Amino acid sequence: MRTPFTVRLIQSTPKSGWLAIAIFAAITLIGVPLAHLALPESNPLHLSAYTVSLLGKILCYMVVAVAMDLIWGYAGILSLGHGLFFALGGYAFGMYLMRQIGRDGSYGAELPDFMVFLDWKELPWYWAGSDSFLWALFLVVALPGVVAFVFGWFAFRSRIKGVYFSIITQALTYAAMLLFFRNETGFGGNNGFTDFKRILGHSITSPEMRVTLFALSAMLLIVCLILGRYLVSSRFGRVLAAIRDAESRVMFIGYNPLHYKLFIWTLSAMLCGVAGALYVPQVGIINPSEMSPANSIEIAVWVAVGGRGTLVGAVLGAGIVNLAKSFFTVTMPEYWPFFLGFLFIAVTLYLPDGVVGLWRKLRARRALAAAPDAAESNVAGSSSAAAPLPAVEKSDAAPANVTVPKGATA
Amino acid sequence: MHAMMFFKRMLGAALLLLLAAAPARAALDPAALAGLAGDFQSRMDAIEALGVAGGDDARRVLDALEAGHLGVIGERAVIVDGDRVRDAASGAVLELAAGDVEAITMNNRVRRTLAGARAALALTAPDRAERLAAAITLGDSPNASLLPVFERALASETDEEIRGILLRAAARVNLASADAQIRLRAVQALGESSDPAVRALLEGLLEKRDGNWVEPQSEVRAAADMAIHAIDRRIAVAEGVGTVFSGLSLGSILLLAALGLAITYGVMGVINMAHGELLMVGAYATFLVQGLFRSHLPAYLDWYVAAAIPVAFLSAALVGVAMERLVLRHLYGRPLESLLATWGLSLVLIQAARVIFGPQNLELANPSWMSGGAELAAGVVLPYNRIVIIGFAVFVLVLIWLLMQRTRLGMFVRAVTQNRPMAGCVGVPTARVDTLAFAIGSGVAGLGGLALSQIANVGPAMGTGYIVDAFMVVVLGGVGQLAGAVWAALGLGIFSKFLEGWAGAVIAKILVLVFIIVFIQKRPQGIFALKGRFADS
Repeated sequence: MRTPFTVRLIQSTPKSGWLAIAIFAAITLIGVPLAHLALPESNPLHLSAYTVSLLGKILCYMVVAVAMDLIWGYAGILSLGHGLFFALGGYAFGMYLMRQIGRDGSYGAELPDFMVFLDWKELPWYWAGSDSFLWALFLVVALPGVVAFVFGWFAFRSRIKGVYFSIITQALTYAAMLLFFRNETGFGGNNGFTDFKRILGHSITSPEMRVTLFALSAMLLIVCLILGRYLVSSRFGRVLAAIRDAESRVMFIGYNPLHYKLFIWTLSAMLCGVAGALYVPQVGIINPSEMSPANSIEIAVWVAVGGRGTLVGAVLGAGIVNLAKSFFTVTMPEYWPFFLGFLFIAVTLYLPDGVVGLWRKLRARRALAAAPDAAESNVAGSSSAAAPLPAVEKSDAAPANVTVPKGATA
Repeated sequence: MHAMMFFKRMLGAALLLLLAAAPARAALDPAALAGLAGDFQSRMDAIEALGVAGGDDARRVLDALEAGHLGVIGERAVIVDGDRVRDAASGAVLELAAGDVEAITMNNRVRRTLAGARAALALTAPDRAERLAAAITLGDSPNASLLPVFERALASETDEEIRGILLRAAARVNLASADAQIRLRAVQALGESSDPAVRALLEGLLEKRDGNWVEPQSEVRAAADMAIHAIDRRIAVAEGVGTVFSGLSLGSILLLAALGLAITYGVMGVINMAHGELLMVGAYATFLVQGLFRSHLPAYLDWYVAAAIPVAFLSAALVGVAMERLVLRHLYGRPLESLLATWGLSLVLIQAARVIFGPQNLELANPSWMSGGAELAAGVVLPYNRIVIIGFAVFVLVLIWLLMQRTRLGMFVRAVTQNRPMAGCVGVPTARVDTLAFAIGSGVAGLGGLALSQIANVGPAMGTGYIVDAFMVVVLGGVGQLAGAVWAALGLGIFSKFLEGWAGAVIAKILVLVFIIVFIQKRPQGIFALKGRFADS
């Protein structure tokens, strides 16, 4: 995986990070495919189709979490509508998947089943080109990108931020959900898209396709992490963190926060779109409930659980919460909302820096025990980490806590 | 044949109209009853004439006929009352033996006529249901002889529904008249209506059948056209009023939801995502109070709503205080985290309600004084429960206004909203104000839940839809502004109801959200911005 774009790109991720990525890549790109394809089902290490799909789904969620961390952890913008961009990417790719069904649908018609059911005679104009794979790939990136750009331009231009922005993004995804629920919108209404058959002519249910999609998700996550790390440790990332901590001051210095926010916001939405496009064929369905406000706010809690402003924390958080969800919804579904609700409260009250922050704190405490005098200043830093938002840590100073300038947050 | 019958009926009607006009009529004219002794046709005419004439004596005769007690001796109609025989016209006891009475035989046509005549009499009955049934019977096949009956009934009838049926029935008779003038007057009279059924009747005149107009006279057609337009206008006005009204009632629910949020958001800068669940708490409290009344005080069941007001307020306030003390207090200055934590609280509350009360929706019965409604025009009804809710919202609003403007606590709350550090500096106990403000805001949400329980189902997820709407109201109105919240709530309510009528509920919702997003572009501070300097707010 050491295929660096530039020297800076390599340097932006610390050595331990590269090692972790290499291990992760080895497991996901070699280990999992082999365990699924090569090992017989009797082997205890064999991964079932269900497990691979579940893990692939969680990988997509991890990408969304990283995208969320980029805007929330580094730019201080809490979006409660990121599920919209995820679902838009999913729908964009779902259109292609629907066209790939061809005449194998239950009505045997050229049109997707739901259109036949609605007695439509031809495809609506916005379905034009949906049978082309390349056009679908373009839409997957462009559609969430354009929606995010237009919305972000209006919102950031009039300096809407904080809870205002959060609630408006929630209203946005809610409105979109209502829109997609309508049959007249032309995206299958309530049921959305399902019953996919093939991608590029290959069956979607074959083990090879499953493993390919899984590996693609893993690669996407790796790319996101490296790209994200590069962005946040660059000059751009520093301006972004400055905007998060004191937007007015950044403006007085002469920067225009609009461009910075808009760029990271649109990029984050595009990443979500790609994740959604990989999610849909692995799960086999996309419907408007993906846009429900509850889904979007859950993304925020993944990041909060893992630790904001760390990227790696987002990945951990998405993994922890979703594995817990899979466990709870199978064994005791009625307690999942309680667990999730208390998780929201507990994390914000007791774990303001998430799992990663907790780990760093423990390490700092151990360092303190080892060398009380030298680490004193570090502890002061760690206690102030309970302040609103932790600053971006320097690229390879992982154990050190960087103090936040007090009073910098409005 | 038809003309002949028509003539006869008109004659009978005219005769009896004269009679009806006679003052202090003590008894029926025996001549009018003479027909009962004749053949079937003359019997029918006599029965019909009795129905048209109306009055207690006619009713007595027809009831006797229905019961089989009416007979004739020679030309004289008599009623057999046990072993006595009474004169049908005067009711006086006659010195005659019951055995001499010759029964009046009836065939189906006579029976039908009798039924019609009795219905005509029932039009003046004191019981509304009886009158309504009679009007429907007669309205189905009105004929010219019933015109005076209709007119007499209309003179005393006050019920709008029955009046409508009678008016239409009379007009239908008149519209079939050979006299163009009568038809014209009938059409003009119908133009006074606001009933869609009348409109359909008039539209029938403007159709062509087999190449000929149903209504041959062009003036009558022109009048019908005008009448239709007049009716359309009236229906449109009534519907407009109805829409404004439902907008007001939606607005008052929004107001109750938003008032509380405006206080808590204003004071603490925290959007309580569990605010909708406080509505739910209030609604379930109302449900419990109703249950208590049903089992312990069934005689006062109608007043459970009044008893539920303090209960809903206090229970929601209690939950709110717990939330503030246990969670929000510790997240001060971290609004985004507070958002997440309160969302978690709302998840927990919803699931708790689901576990305690079950996932199904509960339907609360309106007290009897809140059910029913005032009918504005045909099809436009203003339900009493919504009227009461609008009044209730006004009541709560006045209370909150007094609390905020006229009490020391209100002044503290306003001070903390405007500038927390400064308020603290001059000695306002900001922490206690926070808790109290949160209690009041939550309590008002509980009252909103009480109101909501009277017009919608009570369920665990009933509050989730309201948080965004309520926040929009707060944003539109300007934070910490009561007047702004009022205007924004009513405006949003009416605006979305009109949009709903025009574009459907879903599109209306989307348009409202888009409108608010655009609005915030223009006026990020809301309609009523706080005056003063607020850098970086």
